[in-house]
Amino acid sequence: MSLRVIQRELRTAFRSGAEVVNPLWFFLIVITLFPLGIGPEPQQLARIAPGVVWVAALLSSLLALERLFRDDFLDGSLEQLLLLPTPLPLTVLGKVIAHWLVTGLPLILLSPLAALLLSLDFNSWLAMALTLLLGTPTFSFLGAIGVALTVGLRRGGVLLSLLVLPLAIPVLIFASAAIDAASQGLPIGGYLAILGAMLAASATLAPFATAAALRIALH
Amino acid sequence: MTGALHRTAWASAHSKLVVLSWPLFFWCGSSCMLEVINLSCVRDERTLFHGLSFGVAAGDIVQIEGPNGAGKTSLLRLLAGLSRPEEGEVCWQKQPIRQQREQWHQSLLFLGHHPGVKAVLSPLENLGFYHPDRTQSQIFDALEWVDLLGFEEVPVAQLSAGQQRRVALARLWLSDAALWILDEPLTAIDKEGVGKLMAQFTQHADKGGTVILTTHQDLPESHARVRKIRLTGTELI
Repeated sequence: MSLRVIQRELRTAFRSGAEVVNPLWFFLIVITLFPLGIGPEPQQLARIAPGVVWVAALLSSLLALERLFRDDFLDGSLEQLLLLPTPLPLTVLGKVIAHWLVTGLPLILLSPLAALLLSLDFNSWLAMALTLLLGTPTFSFLGAIGVALTVGLRRGGVLLSLLVLPLAIPVLIFASAAIDAASQGLPIGGYLAILGAMLAASATLAPFATAAALRIALH
Repeated sequence: MTGALHRTAWASAHSKLVVLSWPLFFWCGSSCMLEVINLSCVRDERTLFHGLSFGVAAGDIVQIEGPNGAGKTSLLRLLAGLSRPEEGEVCWQKQPIRQQREQWHQSLLFLGHHPGVKAVLSPLENLGFYHPDRTQSQIFDALEWVDLLGFEEVPVAQLSAGQQRRVALARLWLSDAALWILDEPLTAIDKEGVGKLMAQFTQHADKGGTVILTTHQDLPESHARVRKIRLTGTELI
């Protein structure tokens, strides 16, 4: 069932085109602005790169986040998803995975370009790609709860960022620390383990919270 | 045989807010599929109805009537389990629906105000998602019933309002659900389409299914079997 939800979501996303691509442009443009703003000295850029990449990634994910349930809410699909014979958390899991495939995975594919713009070395880029791989799905799962809670509100966008961004702070801290450590040649296994634990926790718990939030929102 | 005759008839509303028009003897007992017990609904400090009780048996077509804002859609959403009642209980086969969600969702086809079809997907893809156990040819048959043959690959967004509704209504020819809850299914549907839908409702009821619907249109005279529940008036708490 989840697979069917994923398939349908991907199809919808690819037909919608620009809406999916725009957050990725946003990510790239924010990253381009920093070298333009503070000058092209490689050392200075490499110093701020971890934070810049991750803040840009979080903001662009946030932009895309609202898409998760908004369209479904407007066209009535959300009611139908709630009434599917499969347990709602499973459906939610499918939706979040599909959403991450469309919005999170491309960030990782774009990360070499981001690394180039911020003059990162190979090790730092590798750390960046790995933290994005673990961190962006965590953010998608956490964000899903916020989207579900604000889906019925007319101007939920700002509220959504206020709800969700604080939850992303731990991810931001450990991810940028990992990239920092990698740039100094230190091992990053510990950071990745913590990010992995956060992903495991959010992937298992968030679908239930999201399902409950959806039932409240549609009440 | 005597067992079958021994049925209790009941349908009551202990409230002046709810007027149940006659003939309103829902034959309940062993065949009663859906029971609504003492249901109350409050929206924005307004009581839409309270103390609403009725039963719906297999083979019933129930039309919920009432002026705009009387709570018809709210009642349907309560029945489907999409919202929780302020008071009271909705039971399916003697069990509260909240305690048997998956089973309940399997026996239910709910078509709300928004039909739940994705505008960027084609009718074929939309129906295929909701009914994965149906073959392509069965979906084509259903599309033929709602006069959408030839549009099966066109994105729903490019269809007219009536055609978009028909995509959702095609599910009536695909679903196995015993209970259909339909919110304004006849909106934007032409006369011929209404006739086909009514025939489908009757056929579903004949097979032992149940249809609960709201509509402002007068249903054709031939459908004397349609039972009516009338919601009237509102009151501030």
